[in-house]
Amino acid sequence: MAVSTSNAPKARRRGTDAPYADQYQDWLRMMLLIRRFEERAGEAYSIGQIGGFCHLYIGQEAVAVGLISALRSDDYVISAYREHGQALARGMTSRSIMAELYGKATGCSGGKGGSMHLFDLEKGFMGGHGIVGGQIPLGAGFAWAAKYRKTEQVSLTFFGEAAANIGAFHEALNIAGLWKLPAIFVIENNGYGMGTAVKRSAAITDLHLRAASYGMPGVEVDGQDIVAVREAAETAYARARAGEGPTLLDIRTFRYVGHSMSDAASGTYRSKEELDASRQRDPIALLEARMRDAGLLDDAGLAELEASVAAEVADAATFAEESPEPDASALFTDVLAPHGEDT
Amino acid sequence: MAVLTYRDALNEALREEMQRDGDVYLMGEEVAEYNGAYKVSRGLLEEFGPMRVVDTPIAELGFAGIGVGSAMTGLRPVIEMMTWNFALLAIDQIVNVAAKIRYMSGGQIGCPIVFRGPGGAALQLGAQHSQAFESWYAHIPGLKVVMPATPADAKGLLKSAIRDNDPVVFIEGEMLYNLKGDVPEGEHLVPIGVADVKRAGQDVTIVCHSKTVAPALNAAKALSEEGIDAEVLDLRTIRPLDEEAILRSVAKTHRVVVAEEGWYFAGVGAQIVDLVQREAFDDLDAPVLRVHQADVPMPYNKYLEKAAKADATKIAAAVRRVCYKD
Repeated sequence: MAVSTSNAPKARRRGTDAPYADQYQDWLRMMLLIRRFEERAGEAYSIGQIGGFCHLYIGQEAVAVGLISALRSDDYVISAYREHGQALARGMTSRSIMAELYGKATGCSGGKGGSMHLFDLEKGFMGGHGIVGGQIPLGAGFAWAAKYRKTEQVSLTFFGEAAANIGAFHEALNIAGLWKLPAIFVIENNGYGMGTAVKRSAAITDLHLRAASYGMPGVEVDGQDIVAVREAAETAYARARAGEGPTLLDIRTFRYVGHSMSDAASGTYRSKEELDASRQRDPIALLEARMRDAGLLDDAGLAELEASVAAEVADAATFAEESPEPDASALFTDVLAPHGEDT
Repeated sequence: MAVLTYRDALNEALREEMQRDGDVYLMGEEVAEYNGAYKVSRGLLEEFGPMRVVDTPIAELGFAGIGVGSAMTGLRPVIEMMTWNFALLAIDQIVNVAAKIRYMSGGQIGCPIVFRGPGGAALQLGAQHSQAFESWYAHIPGLKVVMPATPADAKGLLKSAIRDNDPVVFIEGEMLYNLKGDVPEGEHLVPIGVADVKRAGQDVTIVCHSKTVAPALNAAKALSEEGIDAEVLDLRTIRPLDEEAILRSVAKTHRVVVAEEGWYFAGVGAQIVDLVQREAFDDLDAPVLRVHQADVPMPYNKYLEKAAKADATKIAAAVRRVCYKD
């Protein structure tokens, strides 16, 4: 649902003067879906149905939904290993994602990717990637391809604030700024790279200031307020499509859970008080409040949305559980292009 | 047939493929306005313009990743590494992305890209500019590794690499750019994965590739005067390896020397020895010997450097040993 095929009409103003009011319902459903999906994934991980690493997105839902809801269907999205939320927001099905987490043949990557490597070429979802910051030059590459082909597509690259400290960030942003690529670089700044706080890893903690080095705007955004995220997205996309080049968004958000399923939500590198305080600005609660104020949501409406989301997640889990394992022969396929494949 | 240098044969391959397919572009340091650090891309900017012959900052990781990203959308980039020593800075994109993307995506996304540039030692460039890394890349499933030894193979293999739908690591010989040879004009394709008998012989097989092909041929010539008739088998492609060609030759000669530019430990030659002992044990009349560079960083001093490198003398000595004639 969240994939808009047009350049985001600002407001059809149905029952309220608020911009985007006609999209609130879709946004809320998607944010709820991401949260309930992730809660279910966490449960499935804890009983061994999901293996490997599993990095949950709970608390950051407004970032993915706010940014991706304003994209065209032919734009590119690429992310790191905390990407279930972005994949859902991009319109990949709960079934295909959950089945991938289970490693099943019906998963979006045929069970060969797993939690960190969700792909859907048709949706322009170019993957979750497991090396911190390694996807940033790839995002610039999609933007380069769009410029090469003159398509006015944009490329949206998600990464955490810790990735802003690696060389790939600098190299990709410098080239993107130099060549005015239609790239949007999104720092999902949840304050912690695994267990290391920003102030312990970055010489300048206001990361949006780094954009000045690359000849592009750097914008700090309240990542808990989906309207703020959406507005920042539209400004950046319009600039990119007009050939004016990239934007760096430093989106301040918070993850409620640990870095991965092996990491407690609080206790070691951050306090329970800090976590509790962050929950006071829950992105879903904020949108709900906005909708209630505008008369667009009541208890019955919310219950209906919750039920719909719960049913979708339950269906996805059942689908994943009942899906077949990949055939043993799949071990050796997809290493190289099939012999004789054209182009 | 025209007589071309290895450098100009590569240039001809690039030009023909860029003329043929608008999705093919060349990107790298100094490829455009400078005409290429080794002049492989001479004249291409003038013909194809700055969107298709693209100068980059000195940022191997960044531009390699941009190339890989564009290949994931279906473009067919040729990414020039000024040397393979510098490509170490880009190895994350080559190994962690280009080689893996098809598998990780369950076959949805391919990566038709060529990474090319000179590898190995030249003359007195010191330890950081004198390394043969083919065994590193050949170790990685999902990559193809191609290493032409002659101008004709350089042209034919580069054209095939550009048309290939998988990531190809195309390692040119830094000392081969001025080598001259006959090169077929126009459409000349050498298939990836097919070795070539550069000299037929009966007594011993010298398996070699890239810069060791010429010394192997020189050694064979010298050995023929001693009554030893050596076959020189140029692998041309390290991965996929033409195992049949190797085994065919061993079945004929029963003796094998592997000559490579790289280091001994876990080198390409180790793979050849594994193949031969496993599949042709009963054909062998002697243990397989390997000729390689000394197991040290390359020294600057010219005498030490010469001592470190594989050459025709060392290859001939190894051949005499497997023939029990030393």
